[in-house]
Amino acid sequence: MLDHTPLEIIEREALTINPAKVCQPIGATWATLGIHGCMPLGHGSQGCVSYLRMTLSRHLKDPAISATSSFTEASAIFGGIGNLKQAIRNVIHIYKPEVIAVYTTCVSETIGDDVGGTIKTMIEEGDIPENVKVIYASTPSYVGSHITGFSNMTTSMATQLTKKIKPNGKINLIPGFVSPADVREIKRLLKLMGIKFIIFPDVSDVLDTPMTIKYELYPKGGVKVEELMDTANSMCSIALGSYASSNAALVLKRDFDVESFILPLPMGIKNTDLFLMKLKEISGHDIPEDIEDERGRLVDMLCDLERHFYDKRVAVAGDPDTVLGILSIIKELNMIPVHVVTGTPAEGFVDKVKNIVGEGINIKVPGDLFYLHQLIKNEPVDLIIGNSHCKYIARAENIPLVRIGFPITDRSFNHFFPEVGYVGTMRVVKMIDDAILEKCDREANDEDFELVM
Amino acid sequence: MAIIKTFDERKKHIIEKNRDLNYNIVCDTGSLAGAISQRACVYSGARVVLNPLTDAVHLVHGPIGCASYTWDIRGALTSGADTYRNSFSTDIGEKEVIFGGGEKLMSAIREITELYSPPAIFVYATCIIGIIGDDIRGICKKASEELKIPIIPVQSEGFKMEGKKSDGYKAACDAIFELIDKYGNPKTSRDSRGINILGDFNVAGDLWVIKNYLNEMGVKVISSITGDGRINDILNARNASLNIVQCAGSMTYLAKLMKHAYDIPFIKVQFFGIGDTSASLMNIAEFFNDPNMIRTTKRLIERETKRVMPELDYYRNKLKGKRAAIYMGGPAKAMSLINAFRELDMEVVIVGTQTGKKEDYAQIKDMVNEGTVIVDDANPSELKGLMMKKNADLLVAGVKERYMCYKLGIGFCDFNHDRKEFFEGFEGMLNFAKEIYNSINSPVWKYVREYKRECL
Repeated sequence: MLDHTPLEIIEREALTINPAKVCQPIGATWATLGIHGCMPLGHGSQGCVSYLRMTLSRHLKDPAISATSSFTEASAIFGGIGNLKQAIRNVIHIYKPEVIAVYTTCVSETIGDDVGGTIKTMIEEGDIPENVKVIYASTPSYVGSHITGFSNMTTSMATQLTKKIKPNGKINLIPGFVSPADVREIKRLLKLMGIKFIIFPDVSDVLDTPMTIKYELYPKGGVKVEELMDTANSMCSIALGSYASSNAALVLKRDFDVESFILPLPMGIKNTDLFLMKLKEISGHDIPEDIEDERGRLVDMLCDLERHFYDKRVAVAGDPDTVLGILSIIKELNMIPVHVVTGTPAEGFVDKVKNIVGEGINIKVPGDLFYLHQLIKNEPVDLIIGNSHCKYIARAENIPLVRIGFPITDRSFNHFFPEVGYVGTMRVVKMIDDAILEKCDREANDEDFELVM
Repeated sequence: MAIIKTFDERKKHIIEKNRDLNYNIVCDTGSLAGAISQRACVYSGARVVLNPLTDAVHLVHGPIGCASYTWDIRGALTSGADTYRNSFSTDIGEKEVIFGGGEKLMSAIREITELYSPPAIFVYATCIIGIIGDDIRGICKKASEELKIPIIPVQSEGFKMEGKKSDGYKAACDAIFELIDKYGNPKTSRDSRGINILGDFNVAGDLWVIKNYLNEMGVKVISSITGDGRINDILNARNASLNIVQCAGSMTYLAKLMKHAYDIPFIKVQFFGIGDTSASLMNIAEFFNDPNMIRTTKRLIERETKRVMPELDYYRNKLKGKRAAIYMGGPAKAMSLINAFRELDMEVVIVGTQTGKKEDYAQIKDMVNEGTVIVDDANPSELKGLMMKKNADLLVAGVKERYMCYKLGIGFCDFNHDRKEFFEGFEGMLNFAKEIYNSINSPVWKYVREYKRECL
């Protein structure tokens, strides 16, 4: 069952089987949900929005909102601007958002609807009240992946509302395509460091809302409009993850001369060190003892577990920034990365991987999970790290799977617990350790079955 | 005065029985631009109907999203072949958008046949294909001739017509009919006890329960279209003496095509609820007009009813008077649920569908009690407002509604792709009662009620 994958690798030119990516609109929507009081608006067919909301709900176990301009055949032929205008008016009227974030789809892009021009005209004609801000990003599904969409929308939110006025003494922090718990963890570290910041997009308290018996369209979390209007006045931007976050920082640098630092996602000791040292350098504040202790506990954990990990071979699949973070952890655990696949067409990814793990590893970019399966059949591994879709390979080959990435639909509430910082890394290490030991227990002969491991 | 606050254009999509006498419900229209519609697209309709064909390759011609989103989310189980659990896409990029995707599609089809030997390939058109104008019909024809397997185009451009899911059902039916008509085995001898099952998708194993009943009755299932379906069985579909149609919204169209082309009669059935299941089985037996089969069927119904009744009574007593809300894709399922809730002595306070037509809503109106709200193409805000207003204890719907419902502190039951227990047949009704009883009575609501008190 579930083993359709032939051993022999035939290079495919045209066919994708079992993709390791989604398309731009879902990444863009994720980003917009990190704005407080924001209604995302998908400009195109309603199916795109319906599907992405369904996927977000399955991943987050929470409702996910987005309006749609509901294309019909007539809009596709005669242009969708009429739909867009009506949609913006209706959203303002009934959903009363503070921000509307318009993202495009393949149809509206291809027929050439001028979204930016339309919004401008509507503002000029008084169609959009002053207390409602409208931003937009061009996110055609046939370019890049959900990470591209996230990056494009994050760039729009950073740059379309802001104005250079006077320095605010804050830093811009762009956390990347990470979970609400990760954003929460990054905020915690910033606060412990005594740093004033604007973090965007901030999906904490939006995509992980507590039960309050009130279903609120706009939960309390998210970066505030006033903060987005202020990004040009920050002393610098730190972008975590060069694929999801760097573009926003670079455009802030280009257009508003805000200094930018691009760091890897703080996964693992080295990457978290880099992040904290940068914070220290920028702020001049020392790293507090609490954080030092967290690092100490992580190092202690790695010492205690080092005998579990050596010689273990690993395959990693997922979004480029996350994969790079995981590889950094794997390297620190003395495990052997064997195969790496990302679905996102990520420029420079191969070199970045080699910088972390060296030569002699199979890297496929952009690749799919069918290809990963073939690689694993040819060169087996002891562990797979990736999203829920990797479970077919895990089952077919009897390899434990550690679920990190997007989407995760068959296990719940990963997004309640961080995977970044020293604390998040501890959790990832525990997940890896548990997965390996559980397989040992399950398959050990009676004579090898042990209480102490 | 509208029942709840909503868009002006939406007000006539919501009626309350015996209150809104002066207008009929407005339905079967495109969604309002700017709403958070719960509806999907034409492609999605075609995909859900065809996806359960287990041994076919389903190739999505379009950008990656359309394939990624629909990868193995149907909940339709298989008893063997499982090619359908893989996701195939042409993942078209800018180059194809500019120069056309026909060549890439042709190459992708060839690459599939280098890796597998599928009995058929379905090629789905997505929005962008409609815009760039790839001739998928022509390409499929050419590829079929070259590779000697049925390669069927599914004309499911997402925005086609009004962009509605129900147009996708039709596109799927056209594709299956093309498979049967063009590639199917000519009628040999009509199997006098042979039937096709149309519109059971075998979610959580529903179909297997029904197949057992049919087997006991002496009815032979020639093909299932599409739950746990096999291409070779469908190629023999012309030999059936009868088509039974469960999901009327998606499959009546195919039944009519087959009636017209092959003179196969059809009857509508509904295997959810004790009453509907019993009536459907009896209707099938009576169609064959065989005293023996009628006797066996009566015995089966009596035995199975007796078997589940004591436990069902237990749940009925506990559920009596609880208030249920229904929000379904298609009206057939909604109507079946109304009957089932009646069997559980529960009150139906809201009935909504995404794709209902005037006659469906008229029928629903006849079925429900006074004061029940009927809503077409509801958005989350409306559902929230209606459930609060009507003080619902439970919502039966799909994944997009589940978590909103929990946020309101209301019990929930998935009746779509994400359920894990079969609900069809006698035992299925018991599973259903058990699930809704436990959702309504979960200890977690105790803590939720504390919030409620604080709010008041």
